Amino acid sequence: MDFLTFARGPALRVSIGVFCIGVVWRIMGFVLLRIRRERSLARESMPRYLSEGLLAIATRSWPHPEFVRRTGAGEAIGYSYHMGLFVVVLLFGPHITFFASLFGFTWPGLPSSVITVISVVTLTLFLAVLFRRVTNPVIRMLSNFDDYFSWFITMSVLVTGIATTAHVGLSYETLLAVHILSVDGLLLWFPFGKLMHAFYIFPSRAINGAILARRGAAS
Amino acid sequence: MSAAPAAISVGEMLRRHGISRRGFIKYCTATASALALPPWMGPAMAAQLRDGPRPSVIYLSFQECTGCFESLTCSFAPTIEDLMFDVISLDYDDTLMAAAGDAAGSALAAAMRDNHGKYILVVDGSIPTGASGACCTAGGRTAEAILREAAAGAAAIVAVGTCAAFGGIPFADPNPTGAWPVSAIIPERPIVNVSGCPPIAEVITGTLLQLVTTGKLPDLDGHGRPKAYFGNNIHDRCYRRPFYDQGKFAKSFDDEGARSGWCLYELGCKGPTTFNACATIKWNGGTSFPIESGHGCLGCSEPNFWDKGSFYAALDTPDWGKAGESTGTQVVELTGGAVAAGLVLGVASAGTSRLRQHHSAGSGNKPGAEGE
Repeated sequence: MDFLTFARGPALRVSIGVFCIGVVWRIMGFVLLRIRRERSLARESMPRYLSEGLLAIATRSWPHPEFVRRTGAGEAIGYSYHMGLFVVVLLFGPHITFFASLFGFTWPGLPSSVITVISVVTLTLFLAVLFRRVTNPVIRMLSNFDDYFSWFITMSVLVTGIATTAHVGLSYETLLAVHILSVDGLLLWFPFGKLMHAFYIFPSRAINGAILARRGAAS
Repeated sequence: MSAAPAAISVGEMLRRHGISRRGFIKYCTATASALALPPWMGPAMAAQLRDGPRPSVIYLSFQECTGCFESLTCSFAPTIEDLMFDVISLDYDDTLMAAAGDAAGSALAAAMRDNHGKYILVVDGSIPTGASGACCTAGGRTAEAILREAAAGAAAIVAVGTCAAFGGIPFADPNPTGAWPVSAIIPERPIVNVSGCPPIAEVITGTLLQLVTTGKLPDLDGHGRPKAYFGNNIHDRCYRRPFYDQGKFAKSFDDEGARSGWCLYELGCKGPTTFNACATIKWNGGTSFPIESGHGCLGCSEPNFWDKGSFYAALDTPDWGKAGESTGTQVVELTGGAVAAGLVLGVASAGTSRLRQHHSAGSGNKPGAEGE
Protein backbone atom coordinates (compact mmCIF):
# COMPACT_ATOMS: atom_id res chain seq x y z
CA MET A 1 0.00 0.00 0.00
CA ASP A 2 1.50 3.32 -1.03
CA PHE A 3 1.54 6.46 1.09
CA LEU A 4 -1.35 8.22 -0.65
CA THR A 5 -3.56 5.13 -0.60
CA PHE A 6 -2.89 4.80 3.13
CA ALA A 7 -3.65 8.47 3.80
CA ARG A 8 -6.94 8.61 1.89
CA GLY A 9 -7.86 5.02 2.71
CA PRO A 10 -7.46 3.40 6.14
CA ALA A 11 -6.10 6.53 7.87
CA LEU A 12 -8.97 8.68 6.63
CA ARG A 13 -11.59 6.04 7.45
CA VAL A 14 -10.28 5.66 11.00
CA SER A 15 -10.04 9.42 11.54
CA ILE A 16 -13.57 10.07 10.21
CA GLY A 17 -14.83 7.28 12.49
CA VAL A 18 -13.04 8.70 15.55
CA PHE A 19 -14.21 12.21 14.66
CA CYS A 20 -17.89 11.14 14.50
CA ILE A 21 -17.69 9.08 17.69
CA GLY A 22 -15.85 11.81 19.60
CA VAL A 23 -18.02 14.71 18.46
CA VAL A 24 -21.30 12.91 19.22
CA TRP A 25 -19.91 11.70 22.55
CA ARG A 26 -18.96 15.21 23.64
CA ILE A 27 -22.16 16.80 22.34
CA MET A 28 -24.20 14.22 24.24
CA GLY A 29 -22.17 15.02 27.34
CA PHE A 30 -23.06 18.69 26.81
CA VAL A 31 -26.74 18.04 26.12
CA LEU A 32 -27.17 15.73 29.12
CA LEU A 33 -25.47 18.09 31.58
CA ARG A 34 -27.45 18.67 34.76
CA ILE A 35 -28.94 22.12 34.43
CA ARG A 36 -29.19 24.30 37.50
CA ARG A 37 -32.82 24.90 38.36
CA GLU A 38 -33.88 28.55 38.04
CA ARG A 39 -35.61 29.38 41.31
CA SER A 40 -36.43 33.02 40.50
CA LEU A 41 -39.51 34.10 38.61
CA ALA A 42 -38.98 34.62 34.91
CA ARG A 43 -38.75 38.34 34.03
CA GLU A 44 -39.52 37.61 30.41
CA SER A 45 -41.89 35.26 28.62
CA MET A 46 -40.36 32.08 27.27
CA PRO A 47 -40.56 33.10 23.58
CA ARG A 48 -38.95 36.41 24.49
CA TYR A 49 -36.02 35.04 26.45
CA LEU A 50 -35.43 32.28 23.90
CA SER A 51 -35.31 34.85 21.11
CA GLU A 52 -33.01 37.00 23.27
CA GLY A 53 -30.78 33.95 23.52
CA LEU A 54 -30.62 33.63 19.74
CA LEU A 55 -29.91 37.34 19.50
CA ALA A 56 -27.02 36.94 21.91
CA ILE A 57 -25.24 34.79 19.29
CA ALA A 58 -24.87 37.96 17.25
CA THR A 59 -24.43 40.54 20.02
CA ARG A 60 -21.84 38.45 21.89
CA SER A 61 -19.85 37.87 18.71
CA TRP A 62 -18.33 41.31 18.80
CA PRO A 63 -16.89 43.18 21.81
CA HIS A 64 -18.99 45.74 23.64
CA PRO A 65 -18.14 49.27 22.37
CA GLU A 66 -16.24 49.93 25.56
CA PHE A 67 -13.79 47.11 24.72
CA VAL A 68 -13.53 47.50 20.97
CA ARG A 69 -10.35 49.53 21.08
CA ARG A 70 -8.68 47.03 23.36
CA THR A 71 -9.80 43.71 21.83
CA GLY A 72 -11.39 44.59 18.48
CA ALA A 73 -8.26 43.97 16.41
CA GLY A 74 -7.68 40.55 17.96
CA GLU A 75 -11.30 39.59 17.37
CA ALA A 76 -11.14 40.84 13.77
CA ILE A 77 -8.04 38.77 13.09
CA GLY A 78 -9.74 35.77 14.65
CA TYR A 79 -12.82 36.12 12.46
CA SER A 80 -10.69 36.79 9.38
CA TYR A 81 -8.65 33.62 9.61
CA HIS A 82 -11.78 31.62 10.37
CA MET A 83 -13.42 33.02 7.23
CA GLY A 84 -10.24 32.34 5.28
CA LEU A 85 -10.31 28.74 6.44
CA PHE A 86 -13.97 28.36 5.47
CA VAL A 87 -13.36 29.77 2.00
CA VAL A 88 -10.30 27.57 1.42
CA VAL A 89 -11.94 24.42 2.75
CA LEU A 90 -15.32 24.86 1.09
CA LEU A 91 -14.62 26.68 -2.18
CA PHE A 92 -11.44 25.03 -3.53
CA GLY A 93 -12.28 22.73 -6.45
CA PRO A 94 -10.46 19.57 -5.25
CA HIS A 95 -12.03 20.06 -1.79
CA ILE A 96 -15.47 20.31 -3.36
CA THR A 97 -14.73 17.02 -5.12
CA PHE A 98 -13.84 15.50 -1.76
CA PHE A 99 -17.07 16.68 -0.14
CA ALA A 100 -19.10 15.68 -3.18
CA SER A 101 -17.81 12.13 -2.77
CA LEU A 102 -19.10 12.22 0.82
CA PHE A 103 -22.39 14.05 0.43
CA GLY A 104 -23.28 13.37 -3.19
CA PHE A 105 -23.74 16.98 -4.32
CA THR A 106 -21.47 19.76 -5.47
CA TRP A 107 -21.35 23.56 -5.55
CA PRO A 108 -19.43 26.29 -7.41
CA GLY A 109 -15.87 27.01 -6.32
CA LEU A 110 -13.35 29.82 -6.65
CA PRO A 111 -10.33 29.97 -8.98
CA SER A 112 -7.28 28.26 -7.54
CA SER A 113 -5.26 31.48 -7.76
CA VAL A 114 -7.82 33.26 -5.55
CA ILE A 115 -7.73 30.34 -3.11
CA THR A 116 -3.94 30.54 -3.03
CA VAL A 117 -4.02 34.25 -2.16
CA ILE A 118 -6.62 33.66 0.57
CA SER A 119 -4.56 30.75 1.91
CA VAL A 120 -1.43 32.86 2.20
CA VAL A 121 -3.37 35.69 3.91
CA THR A 122 -4.92 33.15 6.30
CA LEU A 123 -1.49 31.70 7.00
CA THR A 124 -0.19 35.17 7.84
CA LEU A 125 -3.12 35.76 10.21
CA PHE A 126 -2.42 32.39 11.84
CA LEU A 127 1.12 33.48 12.54
CA ALA A 128 -0.20 36.80 13.87
CA VAL A 129 -2.50 35.11 16.41
CA LEU A 130 0.35 32.87 17.55
CA PHE A 131 2.55 35.94 17.98
CA ARG A 132 -0.20 37.60 20.01
CA ARG A 133 -0.65 34.50 22.12
CA VAL A 134 3.03 34.27 23.06
CA THR A 135 3.65 38.00 23.48
CA ASN A 136 0.55 38.97 25.44
CA PRO A 137 1.23 38.02 29.08
CA VAL A 138 -2.41 37.40 29.95
CA ILE A 139 -3.17 35.25 26.92
CA ARG A 140 0.12 33.41 27.36
CA MET A 141 -0.80 32.61 30.97
CA LEU A 142 -4.22 31.33 29.90
CA SER A 143 -2.79 29.13 27.13
CA ASN A 144 -1.98 25.47 27.54
CA PHE A 145 -0.92 22.53 25.35
CA ASP A 146 -4.43 22.28 23.90
CA ASP A 147 -4.24 25.82 22.50
CA TYR A 148 -0.83 25.35 20.91
CA PHE A 149 -1.52 21.88 19.53
CA SER A 150 -4.88 22.93 18.10
CA TRP A 151 -3.10 25.84 16.43
CA PHE A 152 -0.35 23.54 15.14
CA ILE A 153 -2.63 20.88 13.69
CA THR A 154 -4.80 23.45 11.90
CA MET A 155 -1.72 25.28 10.66
CA SER A 156 -0.20 22.04 9.37
CA VAL A 157 -3.29 21.40 7.24
CA LEU A 158 -3.02 24.88 5.78
CA VAL A 159 0.72 24.72 5.13
CA THR A 160 0.64 21.26 3.54
CA GLY A 161 -2.33 22.32 1.43
CA ILE A 162 -0.46 25.33 0.07
CA ALA A 163 2.63 23.17 -0.53
CA THR A 164 0.53 20.60 -2.40
CA THR A 165 -1.10 23.16 -4.64
CA ALA A 166 2.23 24.87 -5.32
CA HIS A 167 4.13 21.55 -5.74
CA VAL A 168 6.84 22.67 -3.36
CA GLY A 169 9.71 20.29 -2.69
CA LEU A 170 8.32 16.77 -2.84
CA SER A 171 6.24 15.08 -5.52
CA TYR A 172 2.55 15.96 -5.74
CA GLU A 173 1.63 12.45 -4.64
CA THR A 174 3.72 12.71 -1.46
CA LEU A 175 2.55 16.24 -0.73
CA LEU A 176 -1.09 15.27 -1.22
CA ALA A 177 -0.62 12.25 1.07
CA VAL A 178 0.99 14.44 3.76
CA HIS A 179 -1.82 16.98 3.37
CA ILE A 180 -4.52 14.32 3.75
CA LEU A 181 -2.63 12.83 6.71
CA SER A 182 -2.61 16.24 8.37
CA VAL A 183 -6.38 16.39 7.84
CA ASP A 184 -6.59 12.91 9.36
CA GLY A 185 -4.64 14.21 12.36
CA LEU A 186 -6.96 17.19 12.70
CA LEU A 187 -10.03 14.94 12.61
CA LEU A 188 -8.50 12.71 15.30
CA TRP A 189 -7.69 15.65 17.57
CA PHE A 190 -10.83 17.68 16.90
CA PRO A 191 -13.28 16.12 19.41
CA PHE A 192 -10.78 16.00 22.25
CA GLY A 193 -9.37 19.51 22.16
CA LYS A 194 -10.48 23.10 21.89
CA LEU A 195 -11.35 22.67 18.24
CA MET A 196 -14.69 21.45 19.59
CA HIS A 197 -15.53 25.15 20.02
CA ALA A 198 -16.84 24.84 16.46
CA PHE A 199 -19.83 22.96 17.92
CA TYR A 200 -20.03 24.67 21.32
CA ILE A 201 -19.50 28.34 20.66
CA PHE A 202 -22.91 29.37 19.30
CA PRO A 203 -25.11 27.11 21.48
CA SER A 204 -23.26 28.26 24.62
CA ARG A 205 -23.76 31.93 23.70
CA ALA A 206 -27.43 31.28 23.01
CA ILE A 207 -27.94 29.43 26.30
CA ASN A 208 -26.15 32.09 28.34
CA GLY A 209 -28.11 34.81 26.57
CA ALA A 210 -31.42 33.04 27.23
CA ILE A 211 -30.62 32.47 30.93
CA LEU A 212 -29.63 36.11 31.40
CA ALA A 213 -32.72 37.32 29.53
CA ARG A 214 -34.93 35.15 31.74
CA ARG A 215 -33.46 36.90 34.76
CA GLY A 216 -34.10 40.24 33.14
CA ALA A 217 -30.49 41.08 32.36
CA ALA A 218 -29.40 42.38 29.01
CA SER A 219 -27.03 40.09 27.16
CA MET B 1 15.43 -9.24 -37.48
CA SER B 2 17.63 -6.52 -38.74
CA ALA B 3 18.20 -6.93 -42.44
CA ALA B 4 21.78 -5.69 -42.33
CA PRO B 5 24.77 -7.35 -40.75
CA ALA B 6 26.10 -5.76 -37.59
CA ALA B 7 29.40 -4.78 -39.23
CA ILE B 8 27.79 -2.07 -41.35
CA SER B 9 27.93 1.31 -39.65
CA VAL B 10 24.89 3.36 -38.85
CA GLY B 11 26.04 6.05 -41.26
CA GLU B 12 26.08 3.56 -44.09
CA MET B 13 22.64 2.29 -43.13
CA LEU B 14 21.26 5.82 -43.08
CA ARG B 15 22.67 6.55 -46.54
CA ARG B 16 20.97 3.41 -47.80
CA HIS B 17 17.70 4.71 -46.38
CA GLY B 18 18.13 8.09 -48.00
CA ILE B 19 18.70 10.00 -44.74
CA SER B 20 20.86 13.08 -45.23
CA ARG B 21 23.72 13.93 -42.92
CA ARG B 22 21.88 17.14 -41.94
CA GLY B 23 18.72 15.19 -41.05
CA PHE B 24 20.70 12.69 -39.07
CA ILE B 25 22.53 15.33 -36.99
CA LYS B 26 19.24 17.15 -36.50
CA TYR B 27 17.71 14.01 -35.05
CA CYS B 28 20.69 13.36 -32.78
CA THR B 29 20.66 16.97 -31.55
CA ALA B 30 16.93 16.79 -30.84
CA THR B 31 17.42 13.57 -28.91
CA ALA B 32 20.35 15.02 -26.95
CA SER B 33 18.19 18.03 -26.14
CA ALA B 34 15.31 15.82 -25.01
CA LEU B 35 17.70 13.96 -22.76
CA ALA B 36 18.94 17.25 -21.31
CA LEU B 37 22.47 16.50 -22.51
CA PRO B 38 24.93 19.31 -23.35
CA PRO B 39 24.56 20.82 -26.87
CA TRP B 40 27.83 19.28 -28.09
CA MET B 41 26.42 15.82 -27.44
CA GLY B 42 24.24 16.00 -30.56
CA PRO B 43 27.10 15.99 -33.10
CA ALA B 44 29.07 13.62 -30.84
CA MET B 45 26.18 11.18 -30.85
CA ALA B 46 25.90 11.51 -34.61
CA ALA B 47 29.62 10.79 -35.03
CA GLN B 48 29.48 7.82 -32.72
CA LEU B 49 26.50 6.36 -34.55
CA ARG B 50 27.88 7.15 -38.01
CA ASP B 51 31.27 5.61 -37.49
CA GLY B 52 30.72 2.93 -34.91
CA PRO B 53 29.37 -0.55 -35.49
CA ARG B 54 25.70 -1.09 -34.94
CA PRO B 55 25.16 -2.12 -31.36
CA SER B 56 23.62 -5.48 -30.69
CA VAL B 57 20.22 -5.50 -29.03
CA ILE B 58 18.41 -8.54 -27.66
CA TYR B 59 14.71 -8.01 -27.09
CA LEU B 60 13.04 -10.51 -24.77
CA SER B 61 9.26 -10.61 -24.43
CA PHE B 62 7.75 -12.30 -21.40
CA GLN B 63 4.38 -11.81 -19.72
CA GLU B 64 3.11 -8.90 -21.81
CA CYS B 65 0.56 -7.88 -24.41
CA THR B 66 3.00 -6.66 -27.08
CA GLY B 67 1.56 -3.17 -26.74
CA CYS B 68 4.99 -1.79 -25.91
CA PHE B 69 6.44 -3.31 -29.05
CA GLU B 70 3.48 -2.01 -31.04
CA SER B 71 4.21 1.45 -29.68
CA LEU B 72 7.80 1.15 -30.83
CA THR B 73 7.16 -0.23 -34.29
CA CYS B 74 3.75 1.07 -35.38
CA SER B 75 4.24 4.80 -35.12
CA PHE B 76 1.78 7.08 -36.84
CA ALA B 77 3.99 7.71 -39.83
CA PRO B 78 7.39 6.41 -40.85
CA THR B 79 9.93 8.71 -39.24
CA ILE B 80 13.63 8.88 -38.79
CA GLU B 81 13.02 7.23 -35.41
CA ASP B 82 11.83 4.14 -37.24
CA LEU B 83 15.03 4.10 -39.20
CA MET B 84 16.97 4.34 -35.99
CA PHE B 85 15.24 1.17 -35.08
CA ASP B 86 16.67 -0.34 -38.26
CA VAL B 87 20.17 0.81 -37.54
CA ILE B 88 20.65 -1.02 -34.31
CA SER B 89 21.42 -4.66 -34.77
CA LEU B 90 18.33 -6.31 -33.38
CA ASP B 91 19.78 -9.78 -33.04
CA TYR B 92 16.86 -11.40 -31.27
CA ASP B 93 13.20 -10.54 -31.03
CA ASP B 94 10.72 -13.36 -30.97
CA THR B 95 7.87 -11.08 -32.07
CA LEU B 96 9.51 -9.94 -35.29
CA MET B 97 11.77 -12.81 -36.22
CA ALA B 98 10.72 -15.31 -38.87
CA ALA B 99 12.51 -18.16 -37.14
CA ALA B 100 10.72 -20.31 -34.61
CA GLY B 101 11.45 -23.22 -32.31
CA ASP B 102 15.04 -24.43 -32.13
CA ALA B 103 16.14 -21.98 -34.81
CA ALA B 104 14.97 -19.07 -32.69
CA GLY B 105 16.60 -20.51 -29.58
CA SER B 106 19.84 -20.93 -31.50
CA ALA B 107 19.64 -17.32 -32.69
CA LEU B 108 19.35 -16.13 -29.11
CA ALA B 109 22.23 -18.30 -27.95
CA ALA B 110 24.40 -17.10 -30.84
CA ALA B 111 23.55 -13.43 -30.18
CA MET B 112 24.47 -13.77 -26.51
CA ARG B 113 27.67 -15.67 -27.28
CA ASP B 114 28.90 -13.40 -30.09
CA ASN B 115 28.22 -10.16 -28.22
CA HIS B 116 28.85 -11.28 -24.67
CA GLY B 117 29.29 -8.29 -22.37
CA LYS B 118 28.41 -5.82 -25.12
CA TYR B 119 24.77 -6.23 -26.01
CA ILE B 120 21.86 -4.21 -24.70
CA LEU B 121 19.15 -6.37 -23.21
CA VAL B 122 15.65 -4.99 -23.64
CA VAL B 123 13.01 -6.77 -21.58
CA ASP B 124 9.31 -6.41 -22.24
CA GLY B 125 6.80 -7.92 -19.80
CA SER B 126 6.83 -9.16 -16.23
CA ILE B 127 8.38 -12.42 -15.14
CA PRO B 128 6.02 -15.00 -13.64
CA THR B 129 7.52 -17.14 -10.90
CA GLY B 130 4.40 -18.91 -9.68
CA ALA B 131 3.73 -22.54 -10.67
CA SER B 132 7.50 -22.97 -11.08
CA GLY B 133 7.48 -20.38 -13.85
CA ALA B 134 5.13 -22.46 -16.01
CA CYS B 135 3.00 -19.42 -16.92
CA CYS B 136 5.57 -18.17 -19.41
CA THR B 137 8.06 -20.50 -21.11
CA ALA B 138 9.94 -20.58 -24.40
CA GLY B 139 11.73 -23.64 -25.73
CA GLY B 140 10.90 -25.43 -22.49
CA ARG B 141 12.68 -22.84 -20.35
CA THR B 142 11.04 -20.45 -17.95
CA ALA B 143 11.07 -16.70 -18.46
CA GLU B 144 13.11 -16.34 -15.29
CA ALA B 145 15.82 -18.73 -16.50
CA ILE B 146 16.04 -17.03 -19.89
CA LEU B 147 16.24 -13.59 -18.26
CA ARG B 148 18.94 -14.60 -15.80
CA GLU B 149 21.08 -16.06 -18.57
CA ALA B 150 20.62 -13.08 -20.89
CA ALA B 151 21.20 -10.54 -18.13
CA ALA B 152 24.51 -12.15 -17.19
CA GLY B 153 26.14 -11.13 -20.48
CA ALA B 154 24.39 -7.79 -21.04
CA ALA B 155 26.19 -4.44 -21.01
CA ALA B 156 22.97 -2.76 -19.96
CA ILE B 157 19.39 -3.77 -19.23
CA VAL B 158 16.37 -1.75 -20.25
CA ALA B 159 12.97 -2.73 -18.88
CA VAL B 160 10.44 -1.48 -21.43
CA GLY B 161 6.87 -1.00 -20.31
CA THR B 162 5.28 -0.92 -16.88
CA CYS B 163 5.07 -4.74 -16.71
CA ALA B 164 8.85 -5.11 -17.03
CA ALA B 165 9.59 -2.01 -14.96
CA PHE B 166 7.13 -2.44 -12.08
CA GLY B 167 5.21 -5.66 -12.70
CA GLY B 168 2.31 -3.89 -14.37
CA ILE B 169 -1.08 -5.53 -14.76
CA PRO B 170 0.17 -9.13 -14.18
CA PHE B 171 1.63 -7.92 -10.86
CA ALA B 172 -1.70 -6.37 -9.80
CA ASP B 173 -3.65 -7.91 -6.97
CA PRO B 174 -4.10 -10.91 -6.73
CA ASN B 175 -1.09 -11.51 -9.01
CA PRO B 176 -2.13 -15.05 -9.96
CA THR B 177 1.09 -15.86 -11.82
CA GLY B 178 3.49 -14.64 -9.13
CA ALA B 179 4.74 -11.96 -11.52
CA TRP B 180 7.70 -9.71 -10.73
CA PRO B 181 9.42 -6.81 -12.45
CA VAL B 182 12.88 -7.28 -13.94
CA SER B 183 14.53 -5.41 -11.06
CA ALA B 184 13.19 -7.98 -8.58
CA ILE B 185 14.71 -10.87 -10.54
CA ILE B 186 18.01 -9.11 -11.31
CA PRO B 187 18.51 -6.88 -8.24
CA GLU B 188 22.28 -6.77 -8.57
CA ARG B 189 22.32 -4.83 -11.87
CA PRO B 190 21.30 -1.23 -12.53
CA ILE B 191 18.24 -1.30 -14.74
CA VAL B 192 16.80 1.50 -16.81
CA ASN B 193 13.02 1.45 -16.47
CA VAL B 194 11.13 2.92 -19.41
CA SER B 195 7.67 2.61 -17.95
CA GLY B 196 4.30 3.24 -19.54
CA CYS B 197 1.48 1.12 -20.76
CA PRO B 198 2.83 1.41 -23.35
CA PRO B 199 5.83 3.76 -23.23
CA ILE B 200 6.13 6.52 -25.81
CA ALA B 201 8.12 5.29 -28.84
CA GLU B 202 10.46 8.29 -28.77
CA VAL B 203 11.20 7.64 -25.08
CA ILE B 204 12.24 4.07 -25.84
CA THR B 205 14.40 5.01 -28.83
CA GLY B 206 15.85 8.06 -27.06
CA THR B 207 16.87 6.00 -24.04
CA LEU B 208 18.45 3.33 -26.25
CA LEU B 209 20.22 5.98 -28.28
CA GLN B 210 21.79 7.52 -25.21
CA LEU B 211 22.94 4.12 -23.99
CA VAL B 212 24.43 3.33 -27.38
CA THR B 213 26.22 6.62 -27.88
CA THR B 214 27.44 7.42 -24.38
CA GLY B 215 27.85 3.90 -23.05
CA LYS B 216 26.45 5.19 -19.78
CA LEU B 217 23.13 4.92 -18.05
CA PRO B 218 21.11 8.14 -18.14
CA ASP B 219 20.32 10.02 -14.92
CA LEU B 220 17.56 8.03 -13.27
CA ASP B 221 14.78 9.01 -10.88
CA GLY B 222 13.82 7.10 -7.74
CA HIS B 223 12.01 4.50 -9.83
CA GLY B 224 14.99 3.92 -12.15
CA ARG B 225 13.48 5.95 -15.02
CA PRO B 226 15.43 8.44 -17.16
CA LYS B 227 14.90 11.84 -15.58
CA ALA B 228 14.95 13.47 -18.98
CA TYR B 229 11.61 11.88 -19.81
CA PHE B 230 10.15 11.15 -16.39
CA GLY B 231 11.35 14.22 -14.49
CA ASN B 232 8.08 16.15 -14.70
CA ASN B 233 4.57 15.17 -13.90
CA ILE B 234 1.95 15.33 -16.61
CA HIS B 235 -0.20 17.82 -14.68
CA ASP B 236 2.51 20.48 -14.66
CA ARG B 237 2.99 20.21 -18.42
CA CYS B 238 -0.64 19.68 -19.34
CA TYR B 239 -2.35 22.18 -21.64
CA ARG B 240 -5.42 21.94 -19.36
CA ARG B 241 -3.36 23.07 -16.36
CA PRO B 242 -4.41 26.76 -16.62
CA PHE B 243 -8.00 25.64 -16.09
CA TYR B 244 -6.98 23.80 -12.92
CA ASP B 245 -5.44 27.06 -11.73
CA GLN B 246 -8.66 28.87 -12.58
CA GLY B 247 -10.72 26.28 -10.72
CA LYS B 248 -12.52 25.17 -13.90
CA PHE B 249 -13.14 21.43 -13.83
CA ALA B 250 -15.06 19.24 -16.26
CA LYS B 251 -17.91 17.44 -14.49
CA SER B 252 -18.43 14.74 -17.09
CA PHE B 253 -16.50 13.52 -20.12
CA ASP B 254 -18.82 15.14 -22.63
CA ASP B 255 -19.89 18.35 -20.94
CA GLU B 256 -19.18 21.84 -22.18
CA GLY B 257 -16.23 22.17 -19.81
CA ALA B 258 -14.57 18.98 -21.05
CA ARG B 259 -14.97 20.14 -24.64
CA SER B 260 -13.58 23.55 -23.73
CA GLY B 261 -10.40 21.98 -22.37
CA TRP B 262 -11.19 22.31 -18.66
CA CYS B 263 -9.21 20.24 -16.20
CA LEU B 264 -10.16 16.57 -15.82
CA TYR B 265 -8.99 16.33 -12.18
CA GLU B 266 -12.49 15.75 -10.83
CA LEU B 267 -13.05 12.98 -13.38
CA GLY B 268 -10.15 11.03 -11.91
CA CYS B 269 -7.20 12.25 -14.01
CA LYS B 270 -3.96 10.97 -12.44
CA GLY B 271 -1.79 13.58 -14.18
CA PRO B 272 -0.65 15.19 -10.91
CA THR B 273 0.87 11.94 -9.64
CA THR B 274 2.15 10.60 -12.96
CA PHE B 275 5.63 11.27 -14.27
CA ASN B 276 6.00 10.86 -18.00
CA ALA B 277 6.54 12.84 -21.18
CA CYS B 278 3.02 12.39 -22.58
CA ALA B 279 2.18 16.10 -22.34
CA THR B 280 5.39 17.21 -24.07
CA ILE B 281 6.49 14.57 -26.60
CA LYS B 282 2.90 13.32 -27.01
CA TRP B 283 1.88 10.34 -29.13
CA ASN B 284 1.52 9.47 -32.80
CA GLY B 285 4.21 11.79 -34.01
CA GLY B 286 3.30 14.54 -31.55
CA THR B 287 -0.37 14.54 -32.49
CA SER B 288 -1.95 14.34 -29.04
CA PHE B 289 -2.02 12.44 -25.78
CA PRO B 290 -4.84 10.82 -23.78
CA ILE B 291 -5.85 13.98 -21.89
CA GLU B 292 -5.94 15.90 -25.15
CA SER B 293 -8.33 13.23 -26.44
CA GLY B 294 -10.66 13.96 -23.53
CA HIS B 295 -9.79 11.17 -21.11
CA GLY B 296 -8.00 11.55 -17.81
CA CYS B 297 -4.52 10.12 -17.35
CA LEU B 298 -4.58 6.59 -15.89
CA GLY B 299 -1.14 6.93 -14.34
CA CYS B 300 0.12 3.96 -16.35
CA SER B 301 3.80 4.80 -15.96
CA GLU B 302 3.64 4.64 -12.17
CA PRO B 303 4.17 1.54 -9.98
CA ASN B 304 0.99 -0.31 -8.99
CA PHE B 305 -1.20 1.94 -11.12
CA TRP B 306 -3.75 -0.83 -11.48
CA ASP B 307 -4.26 -1.15 -7.72
CA LYS B 308 -4.67 2.53 -6.84
CA GLY B 309 -8.45 2.62 -6.88
CA SER B 310 -10.83 3.74 -9.57
CA PHE B 311 -9.49 5.48 -12.66
CA TYR B 312 -12.52 7.76 -12.39
CA ALA B 313 -12.19 8.83 -8.73
CA ALA B 314 -10.42 12.14 -8.10
CA LEU B 315 -7.06 11.81 -6.38
CA ASP B 316 -8.21 13.43 -3.14
CA THR B 317 -11.44 11.49 -2.73
CA PRO B 318 -11.57 8.97 0.10
CA ASP B 319 -10.87 5.35 -0.60
CA TRP B 320 -13.60 3.54 1.30
CA GLY B 321 -11.94 0.19 0.86
CA LYS B 322 -14.84 -1.88 -0.38
CA ALA B 323 -14.76 -2.30 -4.13
CA GLY B 324 -18.15 -2.92 -5.68
CA GLU B 325 -20.13 -1.23 -2.91
CA SER B 326 -21.56 2.24 -3.51
CA THR B 327 -19.77 5.16 -1.88
CA GLY B 328 -23.01 6.36 -0.29
CA THR B 329 -23.58 3.00 1.39
CA GLN B 330 -20.03 2.92 2.73
CA VAL B 331 -20.23 6.52 4.01
CA VAL B 332 -23.52 5.79 5.77
CA GLU B 333 -22.11 2.55 7.22
CA LEU B 334 -19.01 4.24 8.61
CA THR B 335 -20.50 7.50 9.86
CA GLY B 336 -23.77 5.91 10.97
CA GLY B 337 -21.92 3.31 13.02
CA ALA B 338 -19.62 5.95 14.49
CA VAL B 339 -22.51 8.28 15.39
CA ALA B 340 -24.39 5.41 17.04
CA ALA B 341 -21.27 4.47 19.00
CA GLY B 342 -20.83 8.11 20.02
CA LEU B 343 -24.45 8.30 21.20
CA VAL B 344 -24.06 5.17 23.32
CA LEU B 345 -20.78 6.44 24.74
CA GLY B 346 -22.25 9.89 25.46
CA VAL B 347 -25.34 8.56 27.19
CA ALA B 348 -23.26 6.09 29.20
CA SER B 349 -20.82 8.84 30.24
CA ALA B 350 -23.63 11.19 31.25
CA GLY B 351 -25.39 8.39 33.14
CA THR B 352 -22.21 7.43 34.99
CA SER B 353 -21.56 11.06 35.85
CA ARG B 354 -25.08 11.56 37.24
CA LEU B 355 -24.86 8.36 39.27
CA ARG B 356 -21.58 9.52 40.76
CA GLN B 357 -23.13 12.88 41.65
CA HIS B 358 -26.15 11.14 43.14
CA HIS B 359 -23.94 8.94 45.33
CA SER B 360 -21.87 11.95 46.39
CA ALA B 361 -25.05 13.82 47.35
CA GLY B 362 -26.32 10.80 49.29
CA SER B 363 -23.11 10.49 51.28
CA GLY B 364 -23.28 14.08 52.53
CA ASN B 365 -20.80 15.42 50.02
CA LYS B 366 -23.07 17.56 47.88
CA PRO B 367 -21.37 18.98 44.85
CA GLY B 368 -24.57 18.44 42.86
CA ALA B 369 -26.89 19.79 45.51
CA GLU B 370 -27.66 22.84 43.47
CA GLY B 371 -28.82 20.68 40.62
CA GLU B 372 -32.17 19.08 40.18
